Amino acid sequence: MSDLFLQYNYIIVIILMMTGLYIVFASRNLIKKLAGLSVFQTSVFLLYITIGKVSGGQPPILIEDKGYGADKDGHALLEGTIQTAAGGASYILPGPGSDVLYSNPLPHVLILTAIVVGVATLSIGLALTVRIREVYRTIEEDEIEAADFVYNLEGTAD
Amino acid sequence: MNLIAAAAAEPAFAVPVLLLDICLMALLVVVAFAIVRMRSLFAIVMLQGVYSLVCAVWFVTLDAVDVAFTEAAVGAGVSTVLMLSAMLLADRKSTPVPMRRQFGALMVVVLAGAAMLYAVGDMPAFGDVNSPANAYVGMDFIGKTAEDIQIPNVVTAVLASYRGYDTFGEVVVIFSAGLGVLLLLGLNGNAGRWEAKPNGQVINDRTAPSAANVEDIRTPDQKAEGET
Amino acid sequence: MSNPEEKLGVDEFGRDPHVLLRVIAKFLIPLIALFAFYVQFHGDYGPGGGFQAGVILAASVILYALIFGLAEAKKAFPPRLIRYGMTLGVILYGGTGVVNLILGGEFLNYSNLASDSIAGQHYGILAVELGVLVTVTTVMIAIFYAFGSRQPETSDEDW
Repeated sequence: MSDLFLQYNYIIVIILMMTGLYIVFASRNLIKKLAGLSVFQTSVFLLYITIGKVSGGQPPILIEDKGYGADKDGHALLEGTIQTAAGGASYILPGPGSDVLYSNPLPHVLILTAIVVGVATLSIGLALTVRIREVYRTIEEDEIEAADFVYNLEGTAD
Repeated sequence: MNLIAAAAAEPAFAVPVLLLDICLMALLVVVAFAIVRMRSLFAIVMLQGVYSLVCAVWFVTLDAVDVAFTEAAVGAGVSTVLMLSAMLLADRKSTPVPMRRQFGALMVVVLAGAAMLYAVGDMPAFGDVNSPANAYVGMDFIGKTAEDIQIPNVVTAVLASYRGYDTFGEVVVIFSAGLGVLLLLGLNGNAGRWEAKPNGQVINDRTAPSAANVEDIRTPDQKAEGET
Repeated sequence: MSNPEEKLGVDEFGRDPHVLLRVIAKFLIPLIALFAFYVQFHGDYGPGGGFQAGVILAASVILYALIFGLAEAKKAFPPRLIRYGMTLGVILYGGTGVVNLILGGEFLNYSNLASDSIAGQHYGILAVELGVLVTVTTVMIAIFYAFGSRQPETSDEDW
């Protein structure tokens, strides 16, 4: 059971993903499907970001070392903190002997791209829904299929 | 005097964060279930904006500040406006779904969820600094950014410089999505609208014959089959 | 939004029902745009960058269109300019890559842009984030114009 407590984030995220997927499968209305798809996408982003979290860590923005033994908030620096001093400013880095931990920046980069691509595909889906509504006069899947069936049977649309 | 690590290791510090996590997760689950049961499309669009906003708040507690910024701006902002404007052009309510279809979808989703929950046992613990995801390239970027690029925001450095190709692809994807929407709807709303005067009679795309004017000639058996 | 040509004006008693919205929007919209530029240029030092700034800038234009009408917004931000901006952003990003090719390095390797490799990286990141800002802003505004200008088949009262 203690493992369950250590991995509660995955369980919650799986519940949310399956809810979003259920909305996509079960609803007939095209806009509700798209809203469910958006819920599903956001839950997948949650999965990635919870994987990249490091407990006790900072956001991946490097803390600057002003060179007088304290960081920009005035907290005293630890002995043996690893710093790099090349050319410009020097930053406090993680590593052996350092007490600063940063969260993993790579999932953040992937999800930033994914969020914007998600809104791009959502807008195309919505534009298609608007055009479907204009031609079929409905956005319910079953009525669209019925109209298509009749259209294919007749071969023409009058 | 290790202020940062001491604060994080103190047991009293962990409890408020854990409570906050639990509240946010509960809110997310409630909003997701509410979207399942709603039939008014306006409420559904608003709830999906709320879902994105609460996710953005959770991202902040998960140390993903860039992602929280983008999710709040894109998911709770622009995405909700676009869905509202599309909904205003389409429909206001959704029709109820028959039990048979709900049951089928539920079965598929429960099976998939059970398979994923079975796999959770192999996943690393939440916040593990030595997990395979956090041990290799991702953490190396922090040291490399301090050497090569020397800007504090590691995510921007990785996005714009180390993984610049992917960001270029993303910009092209946004451009093509904009292009697609302009082709479908037109920048002034005119795509697909036409007018013609065959033999002196004026017709336009709204009065031309369309599938909606066709009567339903299916037999009762075919209708019942199409209902499921 | 269903009738883009309608002028937001007074009701039958001569009062403006949206005066509160308009006054606050006039105050807020320039501040939102300023915040977008702040987020853009401080993306190197804190959370931010091209995508967030582009969406915030587009949101300020969308707010202007929602409060003052789509026709007014199209006068202030003409659709022709938006169309050019979409391509300009992609060209800015790809162009930075090609400039690096011309200067002797690989595609999108910013180290050659200046004599000092680190300064070159800074210039490169500035240029591509600008390209991202222009693309995202214009595409979001274009999509909003497309949805907002489409005349619906039935008016709002027929529902």
